Amino acid sequence: MPLLSRVAGLFFNLFEPLFRLAQRRLGLGRLGWLFVAPNLIVFGLFTFLPIGINLVYATTGGVNLMPFERPYTGAENFGILFECRDYFDIQTCRKDVFWRAIFNTAQFSLIQVVLMVLLSLVTALVLNRKIIGRGFWRGVFFYPVLLSPVVVALIWKWLLQSQGVFNAALVAMGASPIEWLTTASWAFFWTVFVSIWAHMGFYTLILLAGLQAIPKDMYEAAEMDGASPWRTLRRITLPLLMPNLIVVLVLAMIRAVQIFDEVFVLTGGGPGSATTFIVQFIYQTGFAEQIHLYGLAAAASLVLALGLVVLTLLQLRLTGASGAGRRAR
Amino acid sequence: MATLALERIVKTFDQTTILHGIDLQVDDGQFVVFVGPSGCGKSTLLRVIAGLESPTTGEVRIDGQSVNAVSAAHRGCAMVFQSYALYPHMSVYDNMAFGLENAGEPQTQIDSKVQAAAKLLRLDALLQRKPTQLSGGQRQRVAIGRAIVREPKLFLFDEPLSNLDAELRVSMRAEIRDLHARLQATMVYVTHDQVEAMTMADKIVVLRAGKVEQVGAPLELYNHPVNTFVAGFIGSPRMNFLPAELVARADHPDGAPVPPPGAHTIGLRPEHAVIADNGPIRMRVAQVEQLGSTSLLHGSVGTDTPFEMVCSGQTTLRGGDHVGIGMPTEHLHWFDAQGLRLGASRAPAP
Amino acid sequence: MSNFLTRTHGRGRLDWTDWLSYGYLMLGLFTMFAPIVWLVMSSFKSEAAISQFPPTFLPYTQKSVQVAGHDKPLPLFMTRDDNGEVKPMAQVRRIGIMATMVDPQNPEQQVRVNIKDRTPINELQFALSNYTEIFGKFSFGLYLWNSVFITVVATLLTLLINSMAAFALSKYQFRGQKTVFLLIIATLMIPPTIILVPVFLVINSVGLLNSLWGVILPAIATPTGVFLLRQYMLTIPDELLEAARMDHASEWRIYWKIMLPLAAPALAVLAIFSVMWRWNDFLLPLIVLSRSEFFTLQLALNAFQGELNTQWHYLLAMTVITLIPITLVFAFLQKYITTGIASAGVK
Repeated sequence: MPLLSRVAGLFFNLFEPLFRLAQRRLGLGRLGWLFVAPNLIVFGLFTFLPIGINLVYATTGGVNLMPFERPYTGAENFGILFECRDYFDIQTCRKDVFWRAIFNTAQFSLIQVVLMVLLSLVTALVLNRKIIGRGFWRGVFFYPVLLSPVVVALIWKWLLQSQGVFNAALVAMGASPIEWLTTASWAFFWTVFVSIWAHMGFYTLILLAGLQAIPKDMYEAAEMDGASPWRTLRRITLPLLMPNLIVVLVLAMIRAVQIFDEVFVLTGGGPGSATTFIVQFIYQTGFAEQIHLYGLAAAASLVLALGLVVLTLLQLRLTGASGAGRRAR
Repeated sequence: MATLALERIVKTFDQTTILHGIDLQVDDGQFVVFVGPSGCGKSTLLRVIAGLESPTTGEVRIDGQSVNAVSAAHRGCAMVFQSYALYPHMSVYDNMAFGLENAGEPQTQIDSKVQAAAKLLRLDALLQRKPTQLSGGQRQRVAIGRAIVREPKLFLFDEPLSNLDAELRVSMRAEIRDLHARLQATMVYVTHDQVEAMTMADKIVVLRAGKVEQVGAPLELYNHPVNTFVAGFIGSPRMNFLPAELVARADHPDGAPVPPPGAHTIGLRPEHAVIADNGPIRMRVAQVEQLGSTSLLHGSVGTDTPFEMVCSGQTTLRGGDHVGIGMPTEHLHWFDAQGLRLGASRAPAP
Repeated sequence: MSNFLTRTHGRGRLDWTDWLSYGYLMLGLFTMFAPIVWLVMSSFKSEAAISQFPPTFLPYTQKSVQVAGHDKPLPLFMTRDDNGEVKPMAQVRRIGIMATMVDPQNPEQQVRVNIKDRTPINELQFALSNYTEIFGKFSFGLYLWNSVFITVVATLLTLLINSMAAFALSKYQFRGQKTVFLLIIATLMIPPTIILVPVFLVINSVGLLNSLWGVILPAIATPTGVFLLRQYMLTIPDELLEAARMDHASEWRIYWKIMLPLAAPALAVLAIFSVMWRWNDFLLPLIVLSRSEFFTLQLALNAFQGELNTQWHYLLAMTVITLIPITLVFAFLQKYITTGIASAGVK
C-alpha cells in the first residue's frame, strides 16, 4: 500500500507543474478542455474517426488495409451484399451467408428477447415478494452475468458434449444421445438458451428495482378496492413498471442483435451457417477468411448500424410516448 | 353503514406486541376517532379493521359477523390512506372507477356513481386529469371519492390530513364532517392531532402503547379525563399538573381547595386558571405571548412546577411579574399517585 | 398463478403461493449453479476419467496397483473368477471381450476373464495436476499475466481519464461543454461491432497491433464511466472546491486531492465494472492479438477449444481459473455492483 501511494504521489507531482502552467495560460474557463482532452482523444481516435473511415472502406474495394491504397468502387460492396437473383430464395443470393446471418440474427433477437424479458419479469415478481434472503437469490440469478462469454460458452459446451452429462441423462432414460451442437435446430435452441441463462440476471435486477419503487400502499389501496391479484398485476403493477420494461426490451434487443462472443465459442456459427449471426459474418469477412474483404465487412457493418439506429429511434419513440403518458410518480 | 365490534384484539410483530387487547364498540353511523401519540398502535388497529393485517388473537366483527377470515377486498371497507395512494397512471375518473370495475359492475352504473361522487366533492371538472396534475387538497378529495363510490359499510381514514397545510386542514375537516352528515356512514378516523379528534368525533378512543386509555364523547374526555395521560393529551394548551402539597401549603389557606384523601396531583387547565390576588398559589411569569384575542402566560409555581395560563384579551403582565392564581373548584381534577382520576374505576367504559 | 406473483405481504403463514415461489427460486438456483458446479467437478478429473461415459459427479479414477513383473501399475477390477468368487484383480491386457487378469498377490497365475465379469474399482481422486500442468505445458501463466496486465492497467487508466473528464463536465463551465457531453453520450450508441475494420486500421497504424496496449488504449474511454462519475461528482458541493481555490490550490491539486477521494464510492463501482469488462473482453482482442504470446485468457481458451482433439481436462481447469477472479469480486463486492447497475439502469 505505501508503495502504491508513493507511485500515485509521483504521478501527481509529475502532472502538477504541467497543469499549473496550463492553468495560468488557459485560465479557469478553458482548463476544462485539458481535463476532457484524454477522453476525447481516445474517443476521437477509436470511435469517431473509425465511423468516418468505415464509409471509406464501404465504398472502396481491393484487399489493402490502407484506405488510400484502395480503389474507389462506390456502392459496389453494397451491390455484392444485396445481389440476389430471386429475392425470396436466399440460396440464389451471391452472399447467401450474409442473408442467412441477417435472418438468423432477426430470428434469434426476437425469440431470445421476448423469452428473456418474460423470464426476467417473472423472476423479478417472485423476488419482489416477501422472501427470506432476497439479496442471496438476486445474486444467484445475477452471477452468470459476470462470467465472460467465453467461459459461459465453454461451460455449456462441456455439458452438451456427445459424451457429456446431458446425453448421459438421455441414455439413462432410455433415449439415444443427441448431437446437441451439431444439429442445426438444437444448436440454434442452445444459443438462445445459453444467452438467456447468461444475461437474464441483469434485466431481473433492473425490473426488480422498478418493482420496488412502486409504493406499498398502492397495493393496499388496490386490495381495498377489491382487486384480485391478477387484476392488480395487470392494471397496477405492469403499467407502473412499463418504463422499466421498455428500457429492458430495448437494451436486450440492441444487445441481442450484436451477439457474437458466446455463440462463436459455443458453435462457431455452425453447423454450416445455422448459428452464424451478423457480427460473426462481419468478423469472418474482414478477418477470418483467407482474403480479408475489408470493404464488404465495412458495408455489412453499416447495414448493422442502420438496424441499430432504427432500434434506438424506436426506443426514443416508445419511451417518449410512455413518458408523456405517465409523468413522474 | 354498519356496526363494528373489536374483541380483545392483540397484535404482535415478531417479538413486539403492538396492541395489547383492544375492546371497542362502534355504532352504526358513528364517527369514531382513534387518537394518541405516535407508536400507540392506532394505525395498526385501523389496518386490522381493514383486513390489511390479521390480529394475532381477537375478533373483528362487522355487522355482527366475524370477518377475521375475510380478506380486505371483501370486508366492505374503504380506506383513505395518509399518502392518498392514488394510482398515478390513471385519471381521476379511472382511479374512482377502479374499485367498481373490480366488482364487475356495468359501465353505466359505474359512470353514474363516479359522476355523483365527483359532484359531491367538486371534482367533476378534474375527472380526466392525472393525480400528478392535482393539488394536495384535490388529491385528498379524489382519495375520499374513491372510497365513497364503493358505498362501503365502513369508512377508514388513516391520518388523511397530515400532509396538508394548516389552512387546508381546517377546511378539509369541515368537509369530512359534512360528508359524514350527508352520508350517515360509519367512519373510523385515525389522527395524532387532538384538535381534529375534538372537532370531528362523535366518540374518541384515546390510545397509548397499544391500550385504550379512555373512550367517550369529546366533551366527556375534556371534562372528565380518566387519568393524567388523557387529561394531558386532550385540550390545548396542555393541562397543568401540580403536586397536591402545593395547595396544602398554600399562602392563603382560605379559599384554597382541600385535597381529597389519596390525592397526589391536581390538574387545572390553563384556560380555567384565573388571576386572583388572594389565590392559593403564586405564579412567576417567565414569558407572555400576546395573540390579540387571548394572552398566553408561561411560568412556574411552587418550587419549579411549570404552569401555563390563558387569559382572554390583552394583558399588561410581563416576564418577571408575580401573580396570584385562583383555582376554581369546579375545574379541578384530582389524580392519585398512579395518575388515575380519584373515584374512577380502572377500566374505561367502551 | 398470478396470486403468487402479486402478493407483497405475508399473513405470517406460508401458503401455496409461497411454496411455489421458493420452488421457483430453488429451480433457479439449480439452473444457474449446477452447470458451474459440474464444470468445477469435471476440472478435477484425470484425462482417463474425463472421457468416461456415463460421467460421474465426483472425480473418480480407477485404482491401480504395482504388480511384480510389470513395469507400469495395472488397473484394478473387482473380478468374478471361475469359482464364482469376487475379488480384486489386476488387468494385464484386454483383447476384445476377454481380459487377462492376475491376482496381485499371485502374479504368476494369469486368468482369462470376460469383461462382463469385472467392474472397475474406483477411488476418489482430484487431479490437481490439471491445474499445475497447464502452466508448464501451455504457458498458461503467460496468458494469465496478459489478462491481469490488461485488466489492471486499463482499469487504472479508465479511472484516471474518466474521472478527469467527469470532473470537467460536472464542475466547470466552458464553451462547448454541452456538445462534449452529448458527444460522449452519443458514443454509447456506437457499439464496437460496427467499427471493427476501421478500429483495426487505427490500431495497426499506431503500431499497436499484437501489443497489449492495442487492447488497453481503445477501451479506456467509456461513456458509462464518464456518466456514472459525473452524476456522483455533481453531488459534491462546489464550496469545497471554492475553498481550495481560495487556498491557492491548483486545479490539478483540487482534482487529485479533493475530488478523487470524495468520489471514491463511484470510482469503486467503475473500477469493478472496468475489471469485469476488460477481463471478459473478447472481440477486440481477437482481432488485435494474433500472436499467441499476447493472448489473453479468453483468447487462449478459445484457441485451445478449437482444436480437434480438445484436451478437456486441461481446458476445464483453465476455464475455472479464468472465472475465479470475477467470482471473488462477486462474492465480496456484490453490493457495489448491484447499486451501480440500479443507478445506471434508472438513466
